[in-house]
Amino acid sequence: MEKADTKQKKLPDDLWIKCEQCGEVIYQKDFMKELKICPKCDLHFPLNAGERIGSLLDKGTFQEMDRNIYSLDPLDFGEGYKIKLIKDRKQTGLGEAIVTGKGFLEGHKIVLGVMDFRFRGASMGSAVGEKVARAVEVALKEVLPLIIVSSSGGARMQEGMFSLMQMAKTSAALGKLNKSNIPYISVLANPTTAGVAASFASLGDVIIAEPKALIGFAGPRVIEQTIRQKLPPGFQRAEFYLEHGMVDMVVHRKELRNTLKKLLDFLSPNQIKENK
Amino acid sequence: MKGELPIEKPLQELESKINELKKLSSHADIDLSVEINALEEKAKNFKRDFFQNLNSWDKVKMARHPQRPFTLDIVERIFQNFTELHGDRSFRDDPALIGGLAYFDDKKILIIGQQKGRDTKKNLARNFGMLYPEGFKKGARLMRMAEKFSLPIISFIDTPGAYPGIGAEERGQFVAIAENLMLMSQLRVPIIIVVIGEGGSGGALGISVGDRILMLEHSIYSVISPEGCASILWRDASKADQAAKALKLTAQDLIKFKIIDEIIKEPLEGAHTDYNLTARNIKESIKRHLSELEKICIEELVELRYEKYRKIGIFREGD
Repeated sequence: MEKADTKQKKLPDDLWIKCEQCGEVIYQKDFMKELKICPKCDLHFPLNAGERIGSLLDKGTFQEMDRNIYSLDPLDFGEGYKIKLIKDRKQTGLGEAIVTGKGFLEGHKIVLGVMDFRFRGASMGSAVGEKVARAVEVALKEVLPLIIVSSSGGARMQEGMFSLMQMAKTSAALGKLNKSNIPYISVLANPTTAGVAASFASLGDVIIAEPKALIGFAGPRVIEQTIRQKLPPGFQRAEFYLEHGMVDMVVHRKELRNTLKKLLDFLSPNQIKENK
Repeated sequence: MKGELPIEKPLQELESKINELKKLSSHADIDLSVEINALEEKAKNFKRDFFQNLNSWDKVKMARHPQRPFTLDIVERIFQNFTELHGDRSFRDDPALIGGLAYFDDKKILIIGQQKGRDTKKNLARNFGMLYPEGFKKGARLMRMAEKFSLPIISFIDTPGAYPGIGAEERGQFVAIAENLMLMSQLRVPIIIVVIGEGGSGGALGISVGDRILMLEHSIYSVISPEGCASILWRDASKADQAAKALKLTAQDLIKFKIIDEIIKEPLEGAHTDYNLTARNIKESIKRHLSELEKICIEELVELRYEKYRKIGIFREGD
């Protein structure tokens, strides 16, 4: 349940963006063209779901699924959970913290899921879990490779045990997919932690992380409080987990689409190519 | 270890008063039986009222009670010939997870369970029941063995959570948990989960995907600790009692939500007051569920398990 540590600070006229890491002032239009990567320090800013889908899929091929699945407040949690949901829906234009659908990536027809950190820190409640499970089931039924781009603070506390159980639900769905020869590629963007990291995001046949993405089970603050010492630089970042064998590769955002295409070329069963 | 529950101190005072009066009446020639009876009645009612009306925060304290029966206390009372096995075959043996073969009456089964320590020294050795990745992998290794030899699995849950530390993260705590969730959803043997104390978040879930989820009456199961929830919501961990209520983490909440299958009764004053009775109740429940599960063919069992988890979730569909 960590917050993204890369926030873009907007300058008054919205034409310019200031990089939080190095202070570079970037022209908004260039920034979008560069996939929201700082040209000076290479910091990967968060992409929202729409931007991510645009950066990966062949133009105009995305067909959204399950757009109308929405969270409820099953615990009657209070603390304005319902209001926060409405606010996030309004601000993001999304129904929930993940967008799922079908589309083509360099000619490969795939099922794609993309989490959006702006929506409740892309935490997983019943709605997110349901959309992930359905996306997995579509991949299995229609024999399509599955790609999920995660970025999430974990399970959605306000939905209590319903949210914890989504970890089991999504993992069980992937357990079925895992028995087929349909590939699942998991992409971890900054940050992917806790309940999402400890379920579907870590179950890819191939796991790719974006540079410097924070990944892990416990957030750095919790660990520091537990062990009462400062964490070493780079701890829990993508490169750290590459070194420790938890991810297959760290891929620069500009190379991501091409890398995914290569992997799909390798892993897609022949049947899938005929389908396209 | 008294004073853990709000009732324990006043109850102690009442009991010592009763004892005092009893002493007095035996030494002197005064008849205090009326007063003694009244006080004893008061104590009884007091206990009954308290234990029948525990709030969420009381339940958290019951679940964490230092005298609560731990996994091995239950195991030694329910199973015979428990033969403990060790190690994840990769890094080390995690003492926070016990596992091994045993007889359940005439049935051969495999046990795994999170193990807390009774005192500071033992708790340090058991890491307070908090697993490292190697604990989850040890569980996975044993569960695969259970599948190979067609042994039903009984998994006991009692952990504050998966351990948040440098080594744990380095060795992929998140991967270890995720892989167990997938593994357990597919295992071709019956799996019964028994939450006996604290069901702490992903650390509990990491060994608790199964065909039946049973919970002791005063155990808890939660997505986050009440303290963690309170410090996120109100920046104040001392409001944990409020968070406990909001999180709906009691066995009684979870059976209403149909997330668990059964509540196992505890002795009136809690599992910590009578291990034998607690163990007998757990045994009866496991026995009943196991014989139900063993009647189902394995293909169907795995499919039913899938459906069980697949349908958990409350959301709205349609605009």
